[in-house]
Amino acid sequence: MLRWITQHKTQLMISGVFLLGISFSGYLAGWSQLTAICLIAAGIIGELPIAVSAYEALRVRVISIELLVSIAVIGAFIIGEYHEAAIVTLLFLFGGWLEKATLGKTRAAIKELTELAPQTAILLTDQEQHEVDIEEVEVGDLLLVKAGQRVPVDGEITSGTGLLDQSAVTGESDLVKRTQGDSVFAGTTLDNGQLTIVANRVGEETTFGKIIELVEEAQDGQSDQQQFIDRFATYYTPAVLILGILVGVITKNLNLAITILVLGCPGALVIGVPIAMVAGIGNGAKNGILVKGGAEMDRFRQVTTFIFDKTGTLTEGHPSVVNVDRLVPNADDGFKLAATLEQTATHPLGQALIEAFQPVNQEVNQVNVVKGAGITGEVGTEQVAIGNQRLMTQLKITVPQRQIDLSRDWQKNGETVVWVAINGQVTGLMGITDPIRPDVPQALAALRRLGATNLVMMTGDNQATAGAIANQLGIEEVHAGLLPEDKERLVSQYQESGQHVAFVGDGINDSPSLARADVGIAIGSGTDVAIETSGIVLMAANFNSLVHAYGLSQKTMANVTENIGIAVGTVGLLLVGLLIGVVNMASGMFIHELSILLVILNSMRLLKYQTKLDDYQGRSRQLPVQSKVTELKGRKN
Amino acid sequence: MKKIIMQLDELSCPSCLQKIQRAVEAEPGVDSVKVLFNAGKVKANFDEGQTSSEQLFDAVKNQGYEVLSVKVREV
Repeated sequence: MLRWITQHKTQLMISGVFLLGISFSGYLAGWSQLTAICLIAAGIIGELPIAVSAYEALRVRVISIELLVSIAVIGAFIIGEYHEAAIVTLLFLFGGWLEKATLGKTRAAIKELTELAPQTAILLTDQEQHEVDIEEVEVGDLLLVKAGQRVPVDGEITSGTGLLDQSAVTGESDLVKRTQGDSVFAGTTLDNGQLTIVANRVGEETTFGKIIELVEEAQDGQSDQQQFIDRFATYYTPAVLILGILVGVITKNLNLAITILVLGCPGALVIGVPIAMVAGIGNGAKNGILVKGGAEMDRFRQVTTFIFDKTGTLTEGHPSVVNVDRLVPNADDGFKLAATLEQTATHPLGQALIEAFQPVNQEVNQVNVVKGAGITGEVGTEQVAIGNQRLMTQLKITVPQRQIDLSRDWQKNGETVVWVAINGQVTGLMGITDPIRPDVPQALAALRRLGATNLVMMTGDNQATAGAIANQLGIEEVHAGLLPEDKERLVSQYQESGQHVAFVGDGINDSPSLARADVGIAIGSGTDVAIETSGIVLMAANFNSLVHAYGLSQKTMANVTENIGIAVGTVGLLLVGLLIGVVNMASGMFIHELSILLVILNSMRLLKYQTKLDDYQGRSRQLPVQSKVTELKGRKN
Repeated sequence: MKKIIMQLDELSCPSCLQKIQRAVEAEPGVDSVKVLFNAGKVKANFDEGQTSSEQLFDAVKNQGYEVLSVKVREV
């Protein structure tokens, strides 16, 4: 019976409204008997679900809003205020129904994301195909993905080639080609082709599963304001009940006592903060920005200092050779030997060398990596040395003045200069550069417009190269020649000087700094490490989303403040209304429901928030800025 | 220890949270109960020697909330 009442809340509400209509017609027609009967019936029908809910809460020792309303309504019956009782219950039910409907809209952004999770998979066994529920797929299973379907698990392609839309995981909507041996992610869509994949991770373990779990928990992750309000609400509702009883006992005015119960409902106050967070985080999720919770949102809003890792963040992270100077006719042979030697190391600059020059098929011996300087070794019968000018000096190799001047010029353009010496003689040098991401300059200008006062770059690169890049970007402060632990220490130094710091990195080797900063922002990777150590994950490697996230955090926190204002203002208004005698129980309930609706509508505005970098074009500070470069001694390259 | 994840119908009142949380916590052998208001999910760890997923399901249902799906896995 009790459950039947809860499940048919909406139907009960509708019949109540219907009865209220009849009683009103009865009133107009002058049939006072009918009016009274219908009002009483409407009041009882409306009271039922509220009382049931109040009773269930009481059983687990929770004093709920429903309890306040039920007592008030019973009180109204006792003193014969049937029309107030009927109106209050129906307004309360209608308000609840409306809340549910509008909340659904606010939550839609995240719901759309979770609905991208695939439900079924095609399992391959002995050349047979079975469509199975996603829950039944296990690691190691062989699955078939057809064009137009979603990839059901994280896995590796064992055969086939296809074009994938990875926007659900990376935020990038461009199609990418994937073939045998490549990894695929659950939640991405196969646009074209057909793939056979072997499952590596299934269900909640997949990257997409983790993203969903993160976002779902983030919506409820509480900011300081919300924790305060939650604690407050736990005591507030019982306090209102006690106040109502006290007023009733002292003044012997039951009408006043039950009015206080209704006016004291904490409605908008309780829902105001979480609803703003849901809308803000939902907006982020829709735009490829994962914010881990309300607390991160709040801290990000306070950030004024942005620290950027250079390689892979401000730059694309794929260095390439852009300048070559040959000292001898067969210099290219020297570069090829150098490329061969670099194959034994993993330095990113070496990769550029290997891409530019074809390594030769020769044995490599006596490899010696000189930290911060370069690498030496024997390729075939030749002695090869690759590195910076310091390495050449160390090896007592003569460096011609003309090439020194040339290398200075290259460094001014932000290139890293690499010297190649064969058998103790310089044969050539090259300038390697890692291109700046195209949207960075506009994005930095936009961050400044939104309130960032301090933009800092950190890099393991040398001073000259780092300074040149910072100049191009208009970043004033640069710290060069750093190791990962130096970066973390510098982040704390900025914090100790009282600044709120966001660290922006690619999440691959910046984990300590990401974790240390007030807000760690991983850009362009949905990797596990990035998701775990950072507070905000930008799924696309795109600076527009950084600007969007920063603006969004400010808008969301402003929305929280507005909602608290609306809620507190409503209670204040009702209190004044009660004191001067213009508010009764029914109109009090009406204003309450109105305020709840108002905060929900206010937060829904957040769903539409957008930033466009174009808005900031032409307003940026004039370049170039003279960058202040600090370098740690003894660590170059 | 097992972990249960129950997907509920949409939750619209923050006070529902308290109700569901306490109802699930009241079952024996249950810990780290988390009710996700916006996602409408209940997550909890429980000792299968002391209670069962059916009992937890009923605990939520008796509070008047529809449980749409239940997932249980080892932790």
